[in-house]
Amino acid sequence: MNQMLEDLKKELKYEKTNSCVQCGYCLPVCPTYMTMGKETHSPRGRINLVKMVGEGRITDLSVLEEPMNLCLGCRACETACPTGVEYGTILEAARAAITRRKKFSFPVKTLRNTIFKKVFPSKSKLNLLTDGLWLYQKTGLQKVAQKTGITRALPFNLGQFEAITPTVTSPSERRNRFKRIPAKGEKKYTVAFFTGCIMDAMFQRINDLSIALLSHVGCEVLIVENETCCGALHAHSGEMDEAKVLAKKNIAAFEKEDVEFIINNAGGCGAMLHEYDHLLADEPEWHERAKEFVRKSKDISQILVACGGVPMNKELPGRVTYQRSCHLTNVQKVTKEPVQLIESIPGIDFIEMKDKDMCCGSAGIYNIVNYDASMEILDEKMKNVKDTHATTIITTNPGCLLQMKLGIEREKMGKEARALHLVEYLAEAAGIV
Amino acid sequence: MIDKQAIEDIKKIVKTGRVLTEESDRYSYSFDASFGTHLPDVVIQTQEVQELAELVRYANEYKIPVYPRGQSTSLSGGPLPVKGGMVFDLSVMDNILEVDDEDLVAIVSPGVLTSAIHAAAEKKGLMYPPDPSSSHVSTIGGNLAENSGGPRGLKYGVTKDYVIGLEVITPQGEIIKTGGRTVKNVTGYDLTKLIVGSEGTLGIITKAILRLIPKPPSSETVMAVFNSLVDSGRAISKVLSSGILPAKMELMDQASIVAVENYQPSNLPVDAEAIILIELDGHPAAVKEEAEQVAKVCREVGAREVIVPQTPQEKAEVWKARKLVSPAIVRIKPTKISEDATVPRSQIPEMCRRLQQIKEKYNIHLVVFGHAGDGNLHPNIIADKSDIEEMQRVEQAVAEIFQAAIELGGTLSGEHGIGTMKAPFMEMELGASGLDMMKRIKEAWDPNNIMNPGKIFAEPGQKLVLR
Ligand SMILES: Cc1cc2nc3c(=O)[nH]c(=O)nc-3n(C[C@H](O)[C@H](O)[C@H](O)COP(=O)(O)OP(=O)(O)OC[C@H]3O[C@@H](n4cnc5c(N)ncnc54)[C@H](O)[C@@H]3O)c2cc1C
Ligand code: SF4
Ligand code: SF4
Repeated sequence: MNQMLEDLKKELKYEKTNSCVQCGYCLPVCPTYMTMGKETHSPRGRINLVKMVGEGRITDLSVLEEPMNLCLGCRACETACPTGVEYGTILEAARAAITRRKKFSFPVKTLRNTIFKKVFPSKSKLNLLTDGLWLYQKTGLQKVAQKTGITRALPFNLGQFEAITPTVTSPSERRNRFKRIPAKGEKKYTVAFFTGCIMDAMFQRINDLSIALLSHVGCEVLIVENETCCGALHAHSGEMDEAKVLAKKNIAAFEKEDVEFIINNAGGCGAMLHEYDHLLADEPEWHERAKEFVRKSKDISQILVACGGVPMNKELPGRVTYQRSCHLTNVQKVTKEPVQLIESIPGIDFIEMKDKDMCCGSAGIYNIVNYDASMEILDEKMKNVKDTHATTIITTNPGCLLQMKLGIEREKMGKEARALHLVEYLAEAAGIV
Repeated sequence: MIDKQAIEDIKKIVKTGRVLTEESDRYSYSFDASFGTHLPDVVIQTQEVQELAELVRYANEYKIPVYPRGQSTSLSGGPLPVKGGMVFDLSVMDNILEVDDEDLVAIVSPGVLTSAIHAAAEKKGLMYPPDPSSSHVSTIGGNLAENSGGPRGLKYGVTKDYVIGLEVITPQGEIIKTGGRTVKNVTGYDLTKLIVGSEGTLGIITKAILRLIPKPPSSETVMAVFNSLVDSGRAISKVLSSGILPAKMELMDQASIVAVENYQPSNLPVDAEAIILIELDGHPAAVKEEAEQVAKVCREVGAREVIVPQTPQEKAEVWKARKLVSPAIVRIKPTKISEDATVPRSQIPEMCRRLQQIKEKYNIHLVVFGHAGDGNLHPNIIADKSDIEEMQRVEQAVAEIFQAAIELGGTLSGEHGIGTMKAPFMEMELGASGLDMMKRIKEAWDPNNIMNPGKIFAEPGQKLVLR
């Protein structure tokens, strides 16, 4: 058979599409099928398009581009699929194939290079960016900008996000964190904490509270030197080579420490860490090491539950609902622990929303690059949130947290509702803050 | 291929919806859950019945094929646009779902998912009984066109038993109403029943009136394990002739038990040749007693173990094992050919024997599970599409399964429909004149053959091809 087609099949991981029997069981859970209303934007449709390219029926790969770009990568379809189709792998392979063939216009290419190769992997660059943000907030420039409406003219609708960007901790505070935090009381586990790049830059407070909670329940917590970005944004954008480089750096960095678990508090990063073994499957010298890393990698809710839960002493007013991180649910398959922790809060008024497993539309940088599509999904989500009459929306991933904040802003619910990371809420109830 | 002008005309007719012509869109409407890829020229989405009717008039004038489509979960090729033309994506017509608890009916538009009807009826203490296992993804329009059924068919019947009225666009583009809101209705020919199961070849269903019944207040489950498949078949007949009519009666053969255990260990006995699962519904006291009686009958016929789960969790566990069969068997090999040949109840043991023979003769992976109570066994063949030699054996085996079912007084299809896949076998079951009568009905309704052409009736020389 035609060698080029065979190569293309390999590149697209075509054989993975064979397990799709086109039953359509994934349709009702797909947010983009719901909002865009056509099969082209459904999991079954996307997989079929990859099949068609692999079989040489579609010869122009750019046909795949829009459907693949508009996919959230939330992977709810994988959880719904009865035959175990590895949609995430198919999606990443398709995106990488598109990226490889695409001649980005020069400015876009430079931007991609700067963002993916320079900013995300570098703590100091992110720190710089964040420092700028801090200055911007502290100096009152933010108020001026908000008043004059300059933010509305920012590229990629960044203006919308400006209003919800959290108050950033001062640079010196951020860099002076202890490297080893002892367990309170009897030590149960020694764990390393994966700080994550966005999380640490934008939500350092949540990281600090995470560490405090871990110590509170009996973990000795290490901050590892040379940790780098998890690579999720790279992998999801088809920059697989860069993602592999980052994965190896992290594996090497965490191998140096003798810890039982590697804990993260960001569903999206956690999912990436959870799949390092898949990512490095064809690199024999790394695969076993990656597996060991994956075995240790856990979401913070898992370890808090493993330590017997968080002792809580404060009743918090108001009703609570929980917007799950898709990657926590569908990739890490952590579903029980966060709910268990929420329900263990004394006197909690906890209510689940309709379509609780449906993505909020944040999806990495989806809400920035596919702004309109993301907002349609968010609007659906906010309808369900509103129906619960909850005053606190709990999340388990920084992207979701920002998106929920944005949702609250858009719905003008700022007076009555707030969005928090699970860790913040637990810390409140445990009297740590 | 339809030309640019036609696309322009179509766009003019569709004022409120969408007309999709991009390559990515056309490929996305080129398949169903069976086999084959067929590109439509254009896909239309609109909720306006008038627009659809006008499109059909246009198609009839210019002889453009029209393919009604629900959610494309058909297992027989029903919605495939085998001759190009227009696909109507009717899943977008999901705007009407009203339950009238005085008349005990539901009024629905065709794109409503069957599970949504289940939920809406249940809210009012009612039940819409037809329960194809694809209920949460298939549309009621598709169910009506395929006359779908599920496990509850045994006691409650299938889709056709619950439709009392329809609104239909004829192949000439007229909008007609059949039946009405009453259960009794003998005014003229029963066009409602003619449309139901016609697989979209006689018209497009744009609204349906469905009959509902009160929801049974209670249910019990019995699970019986057998050392011999034939004994399980006898148990099924014995239970059914003992004066009890279970709501469901499902069979799992050894191959499916083993597949489930390998996939998600569920404590099933892998050395057993068959398990039957029985659900009884009705008044609490009555179902308790019936469950005991069923258990007794199973023991008498030689069940090696009979379990009556008590708590709702235990019941759910038992039924979960049955649900796992489908996903479990595709882990063996990726391609699943799901047949639904059906035989009279008394022939279930004989059909099981024949299936065993066919399995050995063609050396194929054949798994039997399904709605044993109504003779709707689901012989599933597990294969690998990329192995051409194997697929040829599978094609021969499928043909022989059809033949066996017909010889035993059964039928080609209990619930999945004929579509493209079973068209070549129609004459075998119906005989030349039986088939000709059906063709004449089709020609009278649709003289230009624009409505879902290429289905039910085979082209000269057409053969079953699963590749
Ligand atoms: C995993 C799986 C399990 C299944 N289980 C069962 C089962 O237990 N029982 C069962 O009976 N079937 C089952 N099926 C088959 C399938 O789900 C049914 O045939 C279903 O009714 C198809 O509905 P749909 O909305 O997907 O219709 P489609 O597949 O889109 O169309 C089916 C047929 O209906 C026609 N059609 C659709 N809408 C209309 C309309 N409004 N007017 C006129 N014609 C129309 C189409 O032209 C086509 O011929 C299963 C399928 C799968 C994939
Ligand atoms: S649920 Fe799985 S097998 Fe079914 S269509 Fe979706 S991806 Fe394919
Ligand atoms: S990953 Fe999410 S958005 Fe993408 S196809 Fe799957 S369910 Fe849809």
